[in-house]
Amino acid sequence: MTSEQKLKTMTINFGPQHPAAHGVLRMVMEMDGEIVERIDPHIGLLHRGTEKLIEYKTFLQAIPYFDRLDYVAPMNQEHAFVLAAEKLLKLEVPRRGQFIRVLYDELGRILNHLLNLTAFALDVGAMTPMLWAFEHREILMEFYERASGARLHAAYYRVGGVHQDLPAGLLEDIEEWASGFPKFIDDLETLLNENRIFKQRTVDVGIVSAKDAKGWGFSGPMLRGSGIPWDLRKSQPYMVYDELEFDIPIGKNGDCYDRYLCRVEEIRQSLRLIHQCIEKMPSGDVLARGKAAPPSRGEMKHSMEALIHHFKLYTEGFHVPDGDTYTAVEAPKGEFGVYLVADGTNKPYRCKIRAPGYAHLQAMDHICKGHMLADSVAVLGSMDIVFGEIDR
Amino acid sequence: MSIFDRAARGFLLVELVAGMWLTFKSMFKPKHTINYPYEKGPLSPRFRGEHALRRYPNGEERCIACKLCEAVCPAQAITIEAEPRADGSRRTTRYDIDMTKCIYCGFCQEACPVDAIVEGPNYEFSKETREELFYNKGKLLRNGERWESELANNIDLDAPYR
Repeated sequence: MTSEQKLKTMTINFGPQHPAAHGVLRMVMEMDGEIVERIDPHIGLLHRGTEKLIEYKTFLQAIPYFDRLDYVAPMNQEHAFVLAAEKLLKLEVPRRGQFIRVLYDELGRILNHLLNLTAFALDVGAMTPMLWAFEHREILMEFYERASGARLHAAYYRVGGVHQDLPAGLLEDIEEWASGFPKFIDDLETLLNENRIFKQRTVDVGIVSAKDAKGWGFSGPMLRGSGIPWDLRKSQPYMVYDELEFDIPIGKNGDCYDRYLCRVEEIRQSLRLIHQCIEKMPSGDVLARGKAAPPSRGEMKHSMEALIHHFKLYTEGFHVPDGDTYTAVEAPKGEFGVYLVADGTNKPYRCKIRAPGYAHLQAMDHICKGHMLADSVAVLGSMDIVFGEIDR
Repeated sequence: MSIFDRAARGFLLVELVAGMWLTFKSMFKPKHTINYPYEKGPLSPRFRGEHALRRYPNGEERCIACKLCEAVCPAQAITIEAEPRADGSRRTTRYDIDMTKCIYCGFCQEACPVDAIVEGPNYEFSKETREELFYNKGKLLRNGERWESELANNIDLDAPYR
């Protein structure tokens, strides 16, 4: 080939039915041989209009929609919404409710990281971790089910607390599981950390500098992998995170391998938080009984006032005073925020959802440019993409 | 790590052997998979599965057509029509749940003041056509009769937390 001849780039289509596309992502890639020239992610195949639907639902009815955003760790999403509503209502959550929420947020984080890390490993060629992790995900989903009644779409958090108290014996079972779980993380690390195939596929692949990570609006492990110690649980603690001890792992190089290591360490820190939550779990009510919460069953059966309140709450819902708030939580994937505008009625006027995956995916072209085709799969795996929250 | 150390580890495939050894050992561990449908995973009393309409022990329908479940349902899957019965009591003439719309959030059983509509422990109700999933009152009452012992037991177990 002479210098005057120019190769035309080839455009290939990746997804939306590709097993490595993590759901319904479609990417149009311009390839120069096996080198990626440009990536154009096409999203919207899972768009359900959640934000608009929420405008037509009462605050209670909006909660199940949040389960269906990032369906890998449902309760963390609910948390952002109920926190926003509580802020507008100026509601204080009872102590036990706060600890239960933190406990389940951390269980959700482990649930998410277990899936992400092992799916990432599967993307780069290691199948065993996935099969092993699902055993533990099953146990975690049983904990979800015992508390909320559903394995995935929990609808457990309520404005003012959580729906029901934890059943007797559940805390002991979580404690027992959490004590044995580090063995699994050790096994996972034995399989992956030093494995040469895994390292060849991830080390120095998809490097994001700290400046770029900030510029693209990254959050969560994507940001921490690049060496920025930013975690909403530390920087603007909600619930009881300021009373608990945990560390924020950060990476050094900002490559896929560092992000993997960050997530593994986050699992260990989550376990620390779970142990502390169980140890410090106070007794008392789990829901702020007031205008936003239904009366207890026994009260509803005997008191006329309570019955009227019950009927009003489940038909009309509660009214949230005028105001707007942006409230974010540290979801497993990063900063999950809800911008909620209330106009004094029983329905949100506007509910904008800030999904971390959306900000991460937009940098796909930036990160993958100049990498090989197979590396784009590794980058995608390390980004922790879930399409429920990106397309909303 | 010295260069010799690294070279030795590289040539001897130390990390691969360690991983393989771990995988090999797990061959002798008990299996975690269960033989569905002959074995099933545990379910808690709170599990939200297929719906059922319950009756009182004397055979009277619990549902009083207050329509709270219809009002609270986020998916608008429930349709109720009501009329006074011949004896003057208010009952439903129509109680339909579109199970293809239902999202199993459990708000209907939470809202029900008389524990009439409940989500039971049954999750094996897949059907071959959509039409079969449009449940009417008869189907829901039959579900209630079929699952009553489990439903009552679950409500009793969960009563202290409600």
